[in-house]
Amino acid sequence: MGQITLQRVRKSFGPVNIIKDANLDIENGSFVVFVGPSGCGKTTLLRLIAGLEDVSGGQILIDGRNVVDVPPAKRGLSMVFQSYALYPHMSVRGNIAFGLKMAGLPRPEIERKVEAAAATLNLTPYLDRKPRELSGGQRQRVAIGRAIVREPKAFLFDEPLSNLDAALRVQMRLEVTKLQKQLGTTAVYVTHDQVEAMTMADKIVVLNAGRIEQFGSPIELYERPANLFVAGFIGSPKMNFVPGDAAGEPGAATLGVRPEHLKIGKEGEGWPGTVSVAEHLGSDTFLYVEAGKLGMLTARCIGEFSLKAGDHVWLSPDPARLHRFEKDGSVIRR
Amino acid sequence: MARRVTSRRVWVSTGAAWFFGFVIFLPILWMVLTSFKTELEAFAMPPTFLFFHWTTENYATVQGRSDYVHHALNSIIVAGASTLLALLIAIPAAWSMAFAPSKRTKDILLWMLSTKMMPSVGVLVPIYLIYRDFGLLDTRGGLVAILCLGNLPIVIWMLFTYFKEIPKDILEAARMDGATIGRELIYVLTPMAIPGLASTLLLNFILAWNEAFWTLNLSTLDAAPLTVFIASYSSPEGLFWAKLSAASTLAIAPIIILGWFTQRQLVRGLTFGAVK
Repeated sequence: MGQITLQRVRKSFGPVNIIKDANLDIENGSFVVFVGPSGCGKTTLLRLIAGLEDVSGGQILIDGRNVVDVPPAKRGLSMVFQSYALYPHMSVRGNIAFGLKMAGLPRPEIERKVEAAAATLNLTPYLDRKPRELSGGQRQRVAIGRAIVREPKAFLFDEPLSNLDAALRVQMRLEVTKLQKQLGTTAVYVTHDQVEAMTMADKIVVLNAGRIEQFGSPIELYERPANLFVAGFIGSPKMNFVPGDAAGEPGAATLGVRPEHLKIGKEGEGWPGTVSVAEHLGSDTFLYVEAGKLGMLTARCIGEFSLKAGDHVWLSPDPARLHRFEKDGSVIRR
Repeated sequence: MARRVTSRRVWVSTGAAWFFGFVIFLPILWMVLTSFKTELEAFAMPPTFLFFHWTTENYATVQGRSDYVHHALNSIIVAGASTLLALLIAIPAAWSMAFAPSKRTKDILLWMLSTKMMPSVGVLVPIYLIYRDFGLLDTRGGLVAILCLGNLPIVIWMLFTYFKEIPKDILEAARMDGATIGRELIYVLTPMAIPGLASTLLLNFILAWNEAFWTLNLSTLDAAPLTVFIASYSSPEGLFWAKLSAASTLAIAPIIILGWFTQRQLVRGLTFGAVK
């Protein structure tokens, strides 16, 4: 079991409030990603759950038990660090076995579990190597091995893939997701990369300046962002925001429309504009359109779209996919 | 453009390295050679290099006139004890400054270093008077204390830089893995800190062994280490170069042998942190 509940969790360093009143319910077995811009408090929130930092207020429940006064090791969680944090003087075997050794398990059992974890992660040939003799991806796998071998209630990942190169990151992303589904263990994963968040998560927590802006499935966040921040943060390229009155919607302070929901035509309908830059990516074309009072708009269309800078175009938003926001940034639900 | 390494360049730089190495080593070599000469040959002009009448009589005289073993034992005890004492104080100090720094940690480090900027002779009189009144003059305990205090800033600085290099993440990983503070120390921190501890210990031992100012001023016979033993050959009855050289050779032999066998640790210690 690994149900984690945060109730009014606060954290401040001196006068600075890093986490303001976080409430969250992480279901057993789910993969939850904390995402947000740097400095938003996502790593701090993870470290509070881990017990590496003490809360300034509120409760953290793991399987219904308040753990704010429980030391990290007794919380039954394991953590994968951004820097891998392998013990440099121990072999791969020693690294994976360390937690079990500390728990005082009998040697044959440790041996068996380490072998099993190594086999799962394709690390068997490297068991007797030192971390410095491994590549980045292998080191990361050792760090994951160290986490899974203890059969924790939940895994905590702190930006584990950010030190890897792009190709390896995609591969490890898949492996981590697959492994988590296979083990069925709750996972909390911190990243600043929204692609990682969208692809890996069952549920995403969007954090901004120490506040939880929205908690929901990736599709929910994409289709029904709760406010301007989430709308702008999720999705690439970014959602277009235009003033409501300029767009003919006086009821809303701001109107949001995603680049992929703007239909582009060479004549007649919607908002007129001039293409200022066209980026051809092959599969897609991103058009940056200067649209007078509405400002610069981004439109995404299929790759073969033959428009170039200086062309006059008409943009029409898909009315079903318009997002309307109040002055304070919250969404207007219909 | 990548720098080309031609074989000529290699020869030239190797030759230059040997040349400068030899120049630096020459005084020591000369001292060792002189210790095997007679007093007459020791200051002969032009000096003789290898072809002289080799004799060990100076060593016999030196050992006969003053007790080498007594002074060597003092050196070992004083240098060893002051090093251990300094480490005992410095490890927790450097530890807390590296892993739990406060707002004033930087200031404390600088203040400690600043004590090394003052010439020792500036506090000679007060220290001497304190030692006289407390009966510490010419005692091993007294020397241990002053050498320990003198080297403490350097020891703390060295250890601080070592501990600073140990990533915090690894300690946190150990905590997540269920290690108590004691086990974290034994299984994770100590193995990672051993190279640093070893080179600090060695360097401090050498510094304490060679320290002459305080040992010469605060000890005469009972606690006198090898520095005093050497100095006793340079004064009253005129200069006896050969005997002085024999005494010096005897005095530095142990530390040179120690340095030879531990040079890897020493170099590592002195260049630590320069290159990641």
